[in-house]
Amino acid sequence: MLRVDNINVYYGQIHALKDISLEVQEHEIVALIGANGAGKSTTLRTISGLLRSKTGSISFLNEDISRTEAYKLVSKGMAHVPEGRRIFLQMTVLENLEMGAYVNSTNIKEDIADVFDRFPRLKHRRNQIAGTLSGGEQQMLAIGRALMSHPKLLMLDEPSMGLSPILVQQIFDIIKELHAAGTTILLVEQNAEMALQVADRAYVLESGRIKLTGTGSELAQSDEIKKAYLGG
Amino acid sequence: MEKIKNLNKFTRTNIRAYGLIILAFIVLFPLQSTGIISNSISGQLVPICTYIVMAISLNLTVGFLGELSLGHAGFMSVGAFTGVITAICLQEVIPSAALRLLIAIIAGGIAAGVAGFLIGIPVLRLRGDYLAIVTLAFGEIIKNIINCLYVGVDSNGLHMSMTNAEALGMINGKLIINGPQGAVGITKIASFTAGILLILFALFIILNLVNSKSGRAVTAIRDNRIAAESVGISVTRYKLTAFIISAVLAGMAGALYAMNFSTIAAKKFDFNTSILILVFVVLGGMGNIVGSIVATALLYILPELLREYADYRMLIYAIVLILVMLLTNSEKAKQMRERFVYKWKKRLRKNNDQQEGLKNG
Repeated sequence: MLRVDNINVYYGQIHALKDISLEVQEHEIVALIGANGAGKSTTLRTISGLLRSKTGSISFLNEDISRTEAYKLVSKGMAHVPEGRRIFLQMTVLENLEMGAYVNSTNIKEDIADVFDRFPRLKHRRNQIAGTLSGGEQQMLAIGRALMSHPKLLMLDEPSMGLSPILVQQIFDIIKELHAAGTTILLVEQNAEMALQVADRAYVLESGRIKLTGTGSELAQSDEIKKAYLGG
Repeated sequence: MEKIKNLNKFTRTNIRAYGLIILAFIVLFPLQSTGIISNSISGQLVPICTYIVMAISLNLTVGFLGELSLGHAGFMSVGAFTGVITAICLQEVIPSAALRLLIAIIAGGIAAGVAGFLIGIPVLRLRGDYLAIVTLAFGEIIKNIINCLYVGVDSNGLHMSMTNAEALGMINGKLIINGPQGAVGITKIASFTAGILLILFALFIILNLVNSKSGRAVTAIRDNRIAAESVGISVTRYKLTAFIISAVLAGMAGALYAMNFSTIAAKKFDFNTSILILVFVVLGGMGNIVGSIVATALLYILPELLREYADYRMLIYAIVLILVMLLTNSEKAKQMRERFVYKWKKRLRKNNDQQEGLKNG
């Protein structure tokens, strides 16, 4: 479904991604894990067109997207939930969801009802200004908004960031549910333990390179990973 | 149900905005035509109308798009001089003053729109303070270009030069723009009615845009650029659209403004004018169209009303500005106002209850 071939991304002089290649098959959950500054979010941003790679190619559904602008990818079926709960803080919950249907505005009402079924807490707060929601609710809203465009591939950037353990568990339950419903997911996480539990496959990034790759359970048992990311 | 509620909110703003302008016209037009209001105020009516259009168009950039533009007078200037050239060239061809004014205003709008497009492409790549500084620079560039522009018309058509009037090489021609002296020999064809119609047109454009899907996209970009892009909004396109619409309306206002005087110079549209318009917008409230209209009218007329206190005029003006800003924006003042309103409402309710009680008892 998604194929990234040998991309190299620079921030000015800094070589942030070095020959990254990865693949996401249909109906998979693929996780990118690694420490702070390893290049996880950079990879995601390059895929979604917010950053450009100097070399290599990115293809989505057998179409080259390495030069496609970010906003066009939404209608192609790719949804990016950016890091740090980027919601429209001054709009209401409902308006945020309506914005999510910007490129695909048929059946808005049903889609909103679906999102509310999945996230009942949002339903109670539908007329509340999004900026007044709690962190967990904002993350749910960001995911809900992405779902409004009926994505084939959902890319989540650090969905657990800054959330309490209970909320992290809830977010990961939702990821599993979405996967069960047929959505392909590319997940960027610092919380390697949780990510490896849900992921079919995972890539481990270290200073801009892919260091290891394998199935979720393989990596969870690898000594190297245990030492580096899972606390012994 | 939700839709109706939203719709009501929008229609309410619309009715308030259109109603205010139409009411002002109904009250002021007979007063002006019968000469009851003083000449000095009556002469300000067209400028007030143009500044209202300037303020609501700038509100689109500053309030809805969320980008601070300090060069709005530049677009006004482009519109003003294009309008003047158009009107003078058409003087013989089109005898109807109203039609000539309309064509001049449209020409001014188009020219300013082109300028907005050319300036918008580089400027909108920047954000925040940097964008503000660059728009300021463009405003000054426009002013300086027009300052050394000579335009004339004769039987061979339009002549243009950047050196002096002689370089135009006209035979029995008519000089339209004479460098630093600006445009000369304008026939005053602007009228209060035209001003009101232009405001209504600007309101129609802006209110419809703001309440449309595109308007939502514009406010979404202001709220969060990355989130806007992640839901599929083309940030560049909508930013540029809003910026150009704002420039077109400013150009139209400029054309009307110029047509209210017999001469007009480029230095009228300098940085101070841009700031003045920004003051109207900020004072009226960012993103608040009705606020922009009221603030412009009041602040424009205030120095006129204070003319008798000539020495203290600008001092009072400045103090009023500071007080209004404090009273509308300081947290303490807001709380005080809310408490006051609450108490007042409670007392009102009590009185009502008592009266009800008396009736029933």
